[in-house]
Amino acid sequence: MTEKHIDDVSGVRTTGHEWDGIRELDNPMPRWWVWTFYATIIWSLGYVIAFPAWPLLKTSTQGVLGYSSRAEVDRDLQAASAEMDVYQTAIRERTMDDILADEALRPIAIAAGAAAFKMNCVQCHGSGAEGSKGFPNLNDDDWMWGGNPDQIRQTIAHGIRFTKDGETRDSLMPPFADVLEPAQIAQVSAFVASLSGPVRDPSLIAAGKTVFAENCAACHGDNAKGNREMGAPNLTDAIWLYGSGEASIAAQVRAPRAGVMPAWNDRLGETTVKELATFVHELGGGEK
Amino acid sequence: MRYATSIVSLGIACFLAVLAAAFAHDAAFAKHMWVLAIVLVVGVIALLRQVDFQPAPAVDPSAYMDGPIRYGLIATVFWAVVGLLVGVVIALQLAYPLLNIEPWFNFGRLRPLHTSGVIFAFCGNALICTSFYVVQRTSRARLFGGDLAWFVFWGYQLFIVMAATGYLLGITESREYAEPEWYVDIWLTVVWVAYLVVFLGTVIKRREPHIYVANWFYLAFIVTIAMLHIVNNLSMPVSFLGSKSYSAFSGVQDALTEWWYGHNAVGFFLTAGFLGMLYYFVPKQANRPVYSYRLSIIHFWALIFLYIWAGPHHLHFTALPDWAQTLGMVFSVMLWMPSWGGMINGLMTLSGAWDKLRTDPIIRMMVAAIAFYGMSTFEGPMMAVKTVNSLSHYTDWTIGHVHSGALGWNGLMAFSAVYYMTPKLWNRPALYSMRMVSWHFWLATLGIVVYAAVMWVSGIQQGLMWREHDEQGFLVYSFVESVAALHPYYLIRALGGLLYLSGALVMAWNITMTILGHQRDEAPIGGLLPSLQPAE
Repeated sequence: MTEKHIDDVSGVRTTGHEWDGIRELDNPMPRWWVWTFYATIIWSLGYVIAFPAWPLLKTSTQGVLGYSSRAEVDRDLQAASAEMDVYQTAIRERTMDDILADEALRPIAIAAGAAAFKMNCVQCHGSGAEGSKGFPNLNDDDWMWGGNPDQIRQTIAHGIRFTKDGETRDSLMPPFADVLEPAQIAQVSAFVASLSGPVRDPSLIAAGKTVFAENCAACHGDNAKGNREMGAPNLTDAIWLYGSGEASIAAQVRAPRAGVMPAWNDRLGETTVKELATFVHELGGGEK
Repeated sequence: MRYATSIVSLGIACFLAVLAAAFAHDAAFAKHMWVLAIVLVVGVIALLRQVDFQPAPAVDPSAYMDGPIRYGLIATVFWAVVGLLVGVVIALQLAYPLLNIEPWFNFGRLRPLHTSGVIFAFCGNALICTSFYVVQRTSRARLFGGDLAWFVFWGYQLFIVMAATGYLLGITESREYAEPEWYVDIWLTVVWVAYLVVFLGTVIKRREPHIYVANWFYLAFIVTIAMLHIVNNLSMPVSFLGSKSYSAFSGVQDALTEWWYGHNAVGFFLTAGFLGMLYYFVPKQANRPVYSYRLSIIHFWALIFLYIWAGPHHLHFTALPDWAQTLGMVFSVMLWMPSWGGMINGLMTLSGAWDKLRTDPIIRMMVAAIAFYGMSTFEGPMMAVKTVNSLSHYTDWTIGHVHSGALGWNGLMAFSAVYYMTPKLWNRPALYSMRMVSWHFWLATLGIVVYAAVMWVSGIQQGLMWREHDEQGFLVYSFVESVAALHPYYLIRALGGLLYLSGALVMAWNITMTILGHQRDEAPIGGLLPSLQPAE
């Protein structure tokens, strides 16, 4: 098996063995392959000398450059916070109105708020703050808890119906399924819907107005314009949190849903909350 | 009576499965044991129908044992189609989340079904059946262990079915590429040891003075996978009649064990084993000697020595200590040339036979496989460099990288081995159709190129969007904006996968017709070209 054998096509000697008709040529390894392999090994040796590499009993070799990824992150974070410190301090120390009045500080606060919004708020309110069913749109001028800078800040800081926070915004509409007759619910829904658009059966409106005055006006007001002190929404503006139309309104009368927003003060800190409030206020619907 | 032992042991196993279902600690385990019992009953019925009271025909000890290889080849083609189909489905789920059907067919359960289906079912069957084919012919010896090879084949299919049904039922260890729970892991260990016995026994009783290079690679693959599988799956079951277990490791050590396993599943399952395939089927199909024996020795030992340390590059910029990240990175960089040794030996083996590219689509497929191997084994070390990794990590770039390896290298290599073996295993003069092989080649290649290119674009865009800051240092994009931006790429990716799947369907048809003994009436490839004469 080991006699000399030459491959006819290439003229190169084979190793002499044959397996199922396969032979192996005795070609040398390509030079460029060998040298590139050496080069990667030499580069690697240099790298392990420069950087932490070999495990010891309790620690590892530290490398002559003294690199540490944790130290690098620390440095980056400190540099970033040093840069941010100037405006962070300004935002922390000023009132919302002052921040908005300061032409230099306001754009920074808005940009910072936009960044924080992307991380923390888009999950519910949408990446354009457009909201969705059950989550309010923040671009319009309809505010359940008030739309001036401080009211917005207060809502973000302490949340809505977030029981762990003592200062949270709280309101609870009772279910009327057992209080009102089905016919009455249909009447009051027709009346409420008629305040902002056409309804299917206008003959229900008059009776609905009476039902409303007896059951709903205490919170939503005689003119149904809502009451921000109680978190009762305006029912005349064609902006609906849980869907428009008589059917959606009737569902909300029978068994109202009441969403929860977490309090952000403890999680993000006062400064970020102020930035978020500035951003939301400046989306377009902010009030004075 | 033939099959008596098998029928009795399957019957007992079936009874035990029903008992386990009855006394199960949790509902998922009960369901899974019912699945097992049903599979075993089907096996018993299939065997009972074949019972034969004649004495078994005498085995010719000098003949090769090709039965399990024929079954393995059919299983390879079948699981290829299944694995790729699930891949197309989950690609569409990413583009259209509505296609997630709770609870069995959501992305979280179908994704491991796809990865395991392609890696373990398709590539695993290809590895087992080609290794049995190659080791017999290059050792001039019949498979060792008699019917043990059949046990390996059917045992491995049972592992696949139990793993796949477990995923759909929500049973998972949550370890990437090692999702099956403890009892399925134990079963795979039994099957794998049997596989090692069959393979090693055949090598030991070989009638050639030396062990052929393909068998070095196959053996390295079998031994290392056994080690990786056992260590990574060390865990404590909550109950021996329950489907949940907890890993023996915790925290970053657990993560490192997982990626030591995960990276070497790529290194030994999808690289070493497939290099074994390359070293037999490429010289056979090209009818040329292997380019360099010395290169094969050096790159074999360099590859298996270096690969095992490269796993930590999956954990760059995590809680993993810096020293381990450094070592993972430098071993990955040093791995570049040992990987390319296989590419050089594969491509240069074709010197003197390059004209066959014109007429032989199987050679074309092999060359493309080797080219994708070379490309992804360059891309891998590059992505392991920390600077590159800080952009590429967690993005679709990684997905693209994996697929240029899996679709390009593993898929095309396994397909060309299937095309090579089918006529020989069933004694057919040739494949049903060479033109359909050519169609398969172009569909698959186009599919890979579309897939890989679009994942580069989407991965790099994703990475850049995540790190984009404005001049004041604030983040520019929310995460969901980066998800929305990827939608068109996800559509194109699904198209690439669909092309690749349709190629595999063409293959399935071609192989079926070949096995059934048909020949397609068609003009030979390159037959219309004038035969070229060397210049005088």
